[in-house]
Amino acid sequence: MPLLELKDVHARYGPIRALHGVSLTVDEGEVVAILGANGAGKTTTLRSISSMARTSGEIRYGGKRIARRSPEYVARQGVAHVPEGRGLFPELTVWENLRMGGVAGRGAFETEVKRVMGYFPWIERRRDQPAATLSGGEQQMLALGRALVSRPRLLMLDEPSLGLAPTIVRELFATVKRLNEEESLTVLVVEQNATIALEVASRAYVLEVGKVAVEGTSDELRRHEGVRKSYLGY
Amino acid sequence: MAIPARPALPALDVSPAVRTLILGLGGFLGSIAALVLIGLVLTQTEEAFTWSGYWQQVVSGLAQGAIFASLALALVLIYRATDILNFAQGEMATFTTYIAWSLMNHMSYWPAFALTLVLAFIGGAAIERTIIRPVEHRPEIVVVIVTIGLLIALNGLVAWIWNPEVKAFDSPFPNRTTEIGGVVVAIQDLGVLGVTLVTVILLWAFFRFTALGLVMRAVANSQDASRLLGVRVGWMLALGWGLAAVLGAIAGMMAAPSVFLDPNMMLIILIYSFAAAVLGGIDSPVGAIVGGLVLGVLINLLGTYVDFIGGDLRLPAALVVLLIVLLIRPQGLFGHKVVRRV
Repeated sequence: MPLLELKDVHARYGPIRALHGVSLTVDEGEVVAILGANGAGKTTTLRSISSMARTSGEIRYGGKRIARRSPEYVARQGVAHVPEGRGLFPELTVWENLRMGGVAGRGAFETEVKRVMGYFPWIERRRDQPAATLSGGEQQMLALGRALVSRPRLLMLDEPSLGLAPTIVRELFATVKRLNEEESLTVLVVEQNATIALEVASRAYVLEVGKVAVEGTSDELRRHEGVRKSYLGY
Repeated sequence: MAIPARPALPALDVSPAVRTLILGLGGFLGSIAALVLIGLVLTQTEEAFTWSGYWQQVVSGLAQGAIFASLALALVLIYRATDILNFAQGEMATFTTYIAWSLMNHMSYWPAFALTLVLAFIGGAAIERTIIRPVEHRPEIVVVIVTIGLLIALNGLVAWIWNPEVKAFDSPFPNRTTEIGGVVVAIQDLGVLGVTLVTVILLWAFFRFTALGLVMRAVANSQDASRLLGVRVGWMLALGWGLAAVLGAIAGMMAAPSVFLDPNMMLIILIYSFAAAVLGGIDSPVGAIVGGLVLGVLINLLGTYVDFIGGDLRLPAALVVLLIVLLIRPQGLFGHKVVRRV
């Protein structure tokens, strides 16, 4: 049984329909990528899972139906969602942001934060400054770190590479890969940067106008002519 | 060739806590300097001017300002969490002050005071859960209009339950004066200042040092991000309304001995508190307190020393000052410039 399963999920914002029947699965211990152009419904897919969008259709997580519950309910089941724009609390300090990750987390804060600091040792030096004063890369790392403090069963990242320098993006995805390999963390990542996403993910879905257009393993997608031309650029 | 890193300037490299302390101390000394300066000007213009009389007016202005500050803090608390101005804040305070009055017929002052705060907290949270929650996701203007409806409803309810005639309200402080450094001050004023000070310190400690306080600050920063971390935002908002109602109850009980108990007792005070909150920067708790105190002192000095203002023109005078400040500094004294990104 997959950890996460979406079956024919439709979503809309008011009168505007954003998803037209998305089905996908994520198995325990997998890194899965959702690729696609702007407006294809990538963010809405994550928001549907988190109950942040109005949906119809079925969403199962760990065997439970989680569709049309509340975002706080889904989060408390162990789904950590790092949203578009990172969702940090700009006026709170770096440390306070991390503490917020533990509010409804599944582990003890002290242990979890120690583990997270292992991935992002620089946090110790910045712990008392407001999150707003961090660079874009540091903010994304902090958002990831805060999500990890909750000891998630499923980590969802929405365009982590947005607005970051290529070296930072590489570092970020290397961390995601390490988390997956060392802690067998399950990750669902939305990305426009298909090249790097396919390096880390084992499987991917390509969304086009609110539907899954192509799906397969990363190797299959890299060989797929349409995907190569539209998203990988060669 | 490697360029050696420039050592950070020690004078600028201070922790935020130290900087806050320096700014606070600077502000305090600056205010005293400003008050002395105003006094010096008055010695030239006022024939009957005495320094002791002047400082007496300052202290009683501070006591009045403390009441504005409490209510302004309540407004800021709700504004930060939900972006709405709670027009019913004053009437909520009136309602709880009447409850205190009823309780005081059966018990002594401080137990009644404490019980009132508990009831105010429950009432404030209940209002959020039952009246505000159904319109929570509507545009802010809808919620604001609901609070105006609440204002009218509470006002009518007070008159209906307790009847509209004016009542006297006890003060816990003796109706005497005392002398501090040659300045005669009313013990009542000192008491109001003391109660406000304790309230503000407790509130600050709650937000600064407790996990619940942290979560509430996070919710004020971003409700969506809080939800994604599993925070039950609805309950946090109810908690915020409860705390705001407690602040209002304190303001009401501190004001009632001098303005007397009457269904409209908080109306003018609410307007001053709005002015204080806006003066301080509507999203800043420190601003609300400073704004309240400055406004209290200012209207008291204007009323005492500027003949044509006297007692009647205090409110317009306060609003003129507010306008001038906002023309120079639109975000208020301590507010943040709102930067909207698309």
